[in-house]
Amino acid sequence: MSTLTSNYLAPTGREEAWRFTPLARTGGLLDSAVALESVNSIELRTSLAGVNLSVKTASDLPAISISEDSATIRARDFISEVTHIEIAKDANLSEPIILERRGLNGKPQASRTLITLGVNSHATLILVNTGNAILADEIEFDLASGSNLTFVSLQEWDSKAIHLGRQHAVVGKDATFNSIVVTVGGSLVRLLPTVDYSGPGSSADLQGLYFATDGQHLEHRLFVNHNVPNAKSRVNYKGALAGDKAHTVWIGDVYIRANAEGTDTYELNRNLLLSDGARADSVPNLEIETGEIVGAGHASTTGRFDDEQLFYLSSRGIPAELARRLVIRGFFAEIIGKIKSEEIENRLMDRIDSELAKVGA
Amino acid sequence: MSTLEIKGLQVAVATENGFTDILRGVDLTIKSGETHAIMGPNGSGKSTLAYSIAGHPKYTITGGSVTLDGVDVLAMSVDERAKAGLFLAMQYPVEVPGVSVTNFLRTAATAIRGEAPKVRTWVGEVKEAMAALNMDSNFAERSVNEGFSGGEKKRHEILQLELLKPKIAILDETDSGLDVDALRIVSEGVNRVKANSDLGIMLITHYTRILRYIKPDFVHVFAAGKIVEEGGPELADKLEEKGYAEYTTA
Repeated sequence: MSTLTSNYLAPTGREEAWRFTPLARTGGLLDSAVALESVNSIELRTSLAGVNLSVKTASDLPAISISEDSATIRARDFISEVTHIEIAKDANLSEPIILERRGLNGKPQASRTLITLGVNSHATLILVNTGNAILADEIEFDLASGSNLTFVSLQEWDSKAIHLGRQHAVVGKDATFNSIVVTVGGSLVRLLPTVDYSGPGSSADLQGLYFATDGQHLEHRLFVNHNVPNAKSRVNYKGALAGDKAHTVWIGDVYIRANAEGTDTYELNRNLLLSDGARADSVPNLEIETGEIVGAGHASTTGRFDDEQLFYLSSRGIPAELARRLVIRGFFAEIIGKIKSEEIENRLMDRIDSELAKVGA
Repeated sequence: MSTLEIKGLQVAVATENGFTDILRGVDLTIKSGETHAIMGPNGSGKSTLAYSIAGHPKYTITGGSVTLDGVDVLAMSVDERAKAGLFLAMQYPVEVPGVSVTNFLRTAATAIRGEAPKVRTWVGEVKEAMAALNMDSNFAERSVNEGFSGGEKKRHEILQLELLKPKIAILDETDSGLDVDALRIVSEGVNRVKANSDLGIMLITHYTRILRYIKPDFVHVFAAGKIVEEGGPELADKLEEKGYAEYTTA
């Protein structure tokens, strides 16, 4: 285990990147005095042809991208082994590949995974995060040209879990990266879904859903780096909040560099406040260095429950509580429907229903 | 046989400057099988009457009573009023993204009937009602009212009327925004429900056009928050000719 932490500076909370995060609740993951245990935390639920999982030493499999994120920098200092999941060239996997966590012990740990997609391969991966953890986690995706990956990351953690994570994709020529991030569990979750492009004609679609109740801090900081011409990106995150001191943060940074002519980007964040005492921060940022683009836009809305919807449904005999559930399910259906798994859809909707019932919203 | 009885109904809405009175003592009795047209100029309080009876939270009842077969409607929650047999076809039906028409109709029918409709008969029932209203079957998979045209929204309201089978229906400007063909289809739908179920109807409208398709037994002129004149169908003909001028200048 490396103990080289010389480059690391613990955030103070004054940094732009950390100003929303309750640092006191990060479980030692950012504390220079706390050593993180390196863990290979991701495993395949079942083995599948065309998918290979191996464990390599960190020096044999260095990170494919630079990160300025303090939690990632710190995790990398401690990582001794890396999990490598490879999807073979031309593999066309119709069934989703389920990834589960193992070896998480509720003490400060660090985990790094690289997922590579061979040329023209197609796959859907679903990562299920459950149980208790204090985890600094990095997952990188390397999409070779013409490949297509749908990555679903479900944060269904226990209520005490702390999860600081980076999910960074490098999207090759004519490749497509679809990310669906669902965060409903955990005490503090701070995720960085970020995208770089390595070839033109590439596309990224980042969808997300979060639902925070009493005291939960759920933060998603997206960054799409349009660094090649003719790439496309779409971002759509929807959140609901209920209960005292529920806090969500959504940051959507899109950077269109001077060489990124023909960029087509749109990002959207919508938040639904279901009760008093909850707070949703939403900050879209668009920085454009070239005017030669197809389109660039963003929108952010945060609003209360629509009483007119409630009245309409109630006026058809539907009791208020059921009407609220229908509206909230409807709000999230757009995102959850994209997972294309009835089992997961039902599980998530049931969880949302039960959380709602718990806070009496 | 049902009776909706409105007596001395007074309603106010909260504004920046306190409460503003909208309804100033409305008396109206509607029985099964009767069609009452409520006609009046814009801003006279017709829609307030409709929404107050349905229980919209925006309106505060400041006096009077509303009963259905002797039971106090005003003491009921919104869903209880629907279960008791009241239905409001809205002028501006609300969009509910992500909730499919199929899911919505089935949930509503389950609530109103007190048990889930049997799948086999239900599917047929919905299909038949949709076909009668000239609605495409893909309609059922769309989100409630989302992206519907004006005509589609009104058809969807009447579809609910057919499926939920209320005792008394309030149709709030159901004719607005409809072209002639859509008006005919929607009106036929209302007439069909009435023929099959002895429905009592409160038909709120600004124009006499819809009365060519849905024949009223009684016409009530509404102005400044109350009924100012009542009569038979001939009163509508008079309004067609002379408008509301004599009621608004008074």
